Parts: sequence; C-alpha cells; structure tokens
Amino acid sequence: MDSSRRRILRLFGISALALTTRPVLNAFAKEEQTTGAEVVIKEGAKSLKARQWAMVIDTRKFESEADLEPLIEACHKIHNVPALQNKNHEIKWLWGTHYHNAFPGKAARFLAEKVEHRPFLVLCNHCENPPCVRACPTKATWKREADGIVFMDFHRCIGCRFCMAACPFGARSFNYRDPRPFIKETNNKFPTRMKGVVEKCNFCAERLAVGQLPACVEVSNGALAFGDLYDPASEVRELIRTHYTIRRKQILGTEPSVYYIV
Amino acid sequence: MLELALKGGKKYYGWMTFLMVFVGIGFLLYLKQLDFGLGITGLSRDTSWGFYIANFTFLVGVAAGGVMVVLPYYLHDYKAFGKVTILGEFLAISSVLMCVTFILVDLGQPTRIFNVFLYPTPNSVLFWDTIVLNGYLILNIIIGWNVLEAERNGVHYQKWLKPLIYLSIPWAISIHTVTAYLYCGLPGRGFWMTAILAPRFLSSAFAAGPALLILCCLIIRRVSNFDPGREQIQSLAKIVAYAICVNVFFFLCEVFVAFYSQIPEHMDHIKYLFVGLHGHTAYVPWMWASFILMIIGIILTVIPTSRKNEGVLAVACVVIFLGTWIDKGLGMIAGGFTPSPLHEVNEYIPSLPEIGIALGVWAMGFFVLTALFKIAVSVKEETRS
Ligand code: SF4
Ligand code: SF4
Ligand code: SF4
Repeated sequence: MDSSRRRILRLFGISALALTTRPVLNAFAKEEQTTGAEVVIKEGAKSLKARQWAMVIDTRKFESEADLEPLIEACHKIHNVPALQNKNHEIKWLWGTHYHNAFPGKAARFLAEKVEHRPFLVLCNHCENPPCVRACPTKATWKREADGIVFMDFHRCIGCRFCMAACPFGARSFNYRDPRPFIKETNNKFPTRMKGVVEKCNFCAERLAVGQLPACVEVSNGALAFGDLYDPASEVRELIRTHYTIRRKQILGTEPSVYYIV
Repeated sequence: MLELALKGGKKYYGWMTFLMVFVGIGFLLYLKQLDFGLGITGLSRDTSWGFYIANFTFLVGVAAGGVMVVLPYYLHDYKAFGKVTILGEFLAISSVLMCVTFILVDLGQPTRIFNVFLYPTPNSVLFWDTIVLNGYLILNIIIGWNVLEAERNGVHYQKWLKPLIYLSIPWAISIHTVTAYLYCGLPGRGFWMTAILAPRFLSSAFAAGPALLILCCLIIRRVSNFDPGREQIQSLAKIVAYAICVNVFFFLCEVFVAFYSQIPEHMDHIKYLFVGLHGHTAYVPWMWASFILMIIGIILTVIPTSRKNEGVLAVACVVIFLGTWIDKGLGMIAGGFTPSPLHEVNEYIPSLPEIGIALGVWAMGFFVLTALFKIAVSVKEETRS
C-alpha cells in the first residue's frame, strides 16, 4: 500500500518535473537506489564497506582453464547459476577466455607465448560509468551509491535486454528459459531467477554484507584481490601501484573496476 | 464510423479471414513462448535482440513514412495530397500498433511492462521511445478520426486539430530519431555507432513508407470506387525516388568511413554482412539481394518513363519495400551484434516459431490497416456520390 502510493506519487512527480532540473531527478534516483538495496540486502554490523569495490586479477597465476575452474564453480554454485547445454541459452557470471577476446583491439600480431595461451577471467566490471545502467528503462539495474556495485533487481526487470546491448563486455546473461531445473544444487540463501530476466555478477554483495570477500576471490589462492579503489591503503591500490595493470576497453570510458596484471 | 469496417464484400471478408488465420497461428506460438520463454527464438547471449526488434525498427520507419503525405499538404498547401492524408495517418496507426506489439512480444517479462511508467527513467532511450511511439499513436488516432468524420459530415475539421496536425509532423521525425538513438549511443557497438544512423533510418523510412502507400493506393483503386489519383501516386513516387537514393548514399558513406579508415571495429560488421566473417556467411546473399533490390528501385523510380508507368512503379515499390526491409529488418540488428563484444561470431538465425509470431504481428497490423482503409475509402465513396 505504502510503496504503491509512493510509486504513484513518484510517477506524478516525474511527469510534472521530467524536463526541469537534474537535481530533482537525482533525488528521485537516489531514493530509488536506497530502497532497492534495502530490500535485497540487509547490512550487518560486520559488513565490509567501500566507496567503489574493485578487483585486481593477477593473470600470471593462471596457466590453464583448469586453474579457473574452482573459481567459476564457486561463483556459479553459490549464486544458483544454471548449467544449460544449449549455447544460445548459456548463463555465465564468471568465465575464462583468450587474451584477444578479453582485450579485442589490444592484441598484438605476435604475443608473448605465455599470454597467448593463458586464460583470462572475465566478469562484470562494475563500471564507474556504466552504460547498462544508463540504458535500463526501469532502474532494474543500477549503481549502488554506497559501494559502486552495479546491481540487479530480478523482480523489476522486464527482460527488454537493452542492458545487454549496452554492455560492451558481454557481461550479462538472459534467462531464455526457466533456469531452475538446471541448477545442480540450489543454494537456498541466494534467490534463483525466473525465465525472462537478465542477470550477472554482483561482486558478491550478499557476502560483503556479512563481512566475507567474494567467493571467487576467496578460493583464488591470492590470484584475485578485492578492495576499495578509493582507499590508498587498500590491497587493490597497493597492487595497482606496484604493477602495470590494464582494464578492458578502457577507450570506451566506462571506467571498469576490474584490473588485470599481465 | 466503425460500422463501415463491417460492411464488405466476399473478397474483403476473405482477406480478413486469411489475415486472422496468421494472427491465430502467431498467437498460439506466442502462448508457447510465454510458457517456455524466449528460448524458442534463435536469440542468444551474444545476439540478444533479433527478428522482433528488427521488425519493430523497420515498422517505426513505415509509421514515420506516413508523414510524407501529411507534410506537403499541411505545410506546403499541396492540395492534391488532401485526398490521401488520411491514408498516411491510418498507415501510421497500424504500423505503430505493430511496433508496440513487437516490443511486447520481445519482452522476457511482458506482464511487467508497466514498470516503465512506474519507475520512469529519463536517462533510458527506451523510456523516451515508449513515450514518442504512444504519443504518435494517439496523435494519429485523434487527427485521422476527427478529420475523416468531419469529411463525412461535409464540414471543415475542428480548429483545435490544426496545432495537433502541425505537432504530428516533427513527432513523426522524432519517433525514428529516438529509435535510432536506441542503437547509436551504445559504446562498443561499432556498427551502430554512427551519427548518420538516425538520418539513415529516416531515409529508408521515407522510401519504405510511401512505397507501401503507393501500393495501397493502387489496390484501393482496383477494389473500390475511390481513386486516390494519378497525380498523388506520381508525387509519392518522386518522394520514394529521392528517399531511396539518399538511403543508398548514406549507406555508401558508412562503407567509405569504415573501409577507408580501416578500423576493424567498424569494418568487421559490414564484412560479416556482405562477405562473411570467419566462415560465417548466412547473411551474405540477403544483404546483396537487399543492395541490388534498392539499386533496381532507384533505376525504376528515377527514370521518368518507368516511374510514370504505374505497372512498373508497382514493381519498383515492391522491390524497394523488400530491399529496405532486408536491410533494416534482417541486417541492421543481427549485424550490430555480430561479431560480439568479445569478438566471437555466434550467428543468429531466427527460429520458425519466432518467424511465425512475427508473421502474426504483421497480419494483425494489416488487419487493422485494412479495416481502417476500408472505413476511409467508404467515407470517400459516400461523400463523392
Ligand atoms: S561490465 Fe557491463 S554489465 Fe557490468 S557494469 Fe560495466 S557495462 Fe554494466
Ligand atoms: S533487461 Fe531488465 S535490467 Fe536489462 S535493461 Fe531491461 S529491464 Fe533493465
Ligand atoms: S565477485 Fe562474486 S559474483 Fe562476481 S564473479 Fe566473483 S564470485 Fe561471482
């Protein structure tokens, strides 16, 4: 009742003010974001906080696809990501690919052999300037102001897939059919999805909220680091300071928060 | 006036039944899609928009094309088009209806469509597209209906309609501009990332829309006592001729930019469509067919002797309609998604149920179009006698 009244109010407010000032729109947007976050995740006392979560992937520590398996497995298992056989229907949050696929346009004609054969982990970059968020017509995907995670509301998503067209990293998957029969073991602590909605890596927001690091980071034996990009003392900043790192398609200005040590 | 759509001969009812069969098949297939999910289409993780969105894009063009009879009449006082403006408006109504339906069948969660209005998001182009499309639909219903009713009653249409009519002209441009902005503002999609996308869409719209109108006029003349007029048809044909030339010119501009600069991100999509990429060539014959059809269309409409021959003109219009449909309804969307952002080629081929649903939507649109044209033509016949 309360929320529906607020929706109607908001609808009226926006239609009256849609073309006036930006601050008004921002205020609405802000309200939207906090309510959305509260619904999905309750922050506990132990929760980890950051201005912008970021990840550093030390690709030197991965030699073959087999080295990536445990990380992908960990992510997909706790997030109820189905294993669909049909390649068209595939859902992936975290996966491995070649250098020239992860960094198209950056691959030289002749590459260091190690780099050429090394698998590269790819996932949502939780961009600081995310085009997927700009495109979504329902705010079903938005950037959390508190920690920079690009989040999804599976219950609001209308399945228009505009965000998939807008993401230049192929990070998003769509549920082309009911995924539930294809989940090996359902984790009851994380929602399963219905057909017709989009999903992607959520930087393990549900784990951060209870003081745990992302699952893939935890099982990576130190190959992945996670922390606050704006905290000069954080582990990610330390790695970025002391290593040469690259990001995917930096030229597009989306400001990815996943850094790669090559 | 609605009752006029119910009074018709055997042929009229036969045609409407024929269309209803396709609507029915499409609807049954859509029920299957609702049950299973969009997995019954050929769409994939890489090509997440396909046949539905492509047809939607093409039909936005046809809807906008209707303005090509409205504009000369109201802005340039080109009297001859007074007879056919209603056809342009009714064509716009049925095309927008098809557009909206295509969007709806493309949604993964169609029951949540109202979220677009419950959580209005001005930074999303899709939000604006919803507004301009529905606005255009409403404008054309109000204008078309009232002007026709006034004509039936032998009076001048109400004064308050005039500003709405003027508004509908830039509005027609806006629907196709906003639709182009859906694509051309997306980072990392080299094929669409071109400032000329909206003009290109408009030029193909102003070829396809009036071409369809010409065909409708020719059919109306055959099946009714109302003659839309030779001069009207010839004027429309000139518009088609200009528009299709501009459309091909814009396309060649794109080809020049991509291939002279040699930037792979821009070249690869065009290569994929016209010569194939990494051995994937499904679209190659279609795209060449489209290009050749448009060239034939140019030749037939630009040369005065062939344009003035209505039989040849009819062929030219069919050819242009098909050519622009393949260009926009097949190549434009699939080509933009292939190769994928990770530079993989995962070819998209529409599935049979997908094509069936799309045919159903087209049939629904032509059903509405026929009914509306029937009303318009009956009024014209009445007032003439
Ligand atoms: S990687 Fe893609 S999905 Fe993730 S935030 Fe960036 S644009 Fe959005
Ligand atoms: S598919 Fe869902 S999340 Fe993506 S743009 Fe549409 S409504 Fe937003
Ligand atoms: S951060 Fe969490 S959700 Fe994202 S890939 Fe790693 S485990 Fe999966």
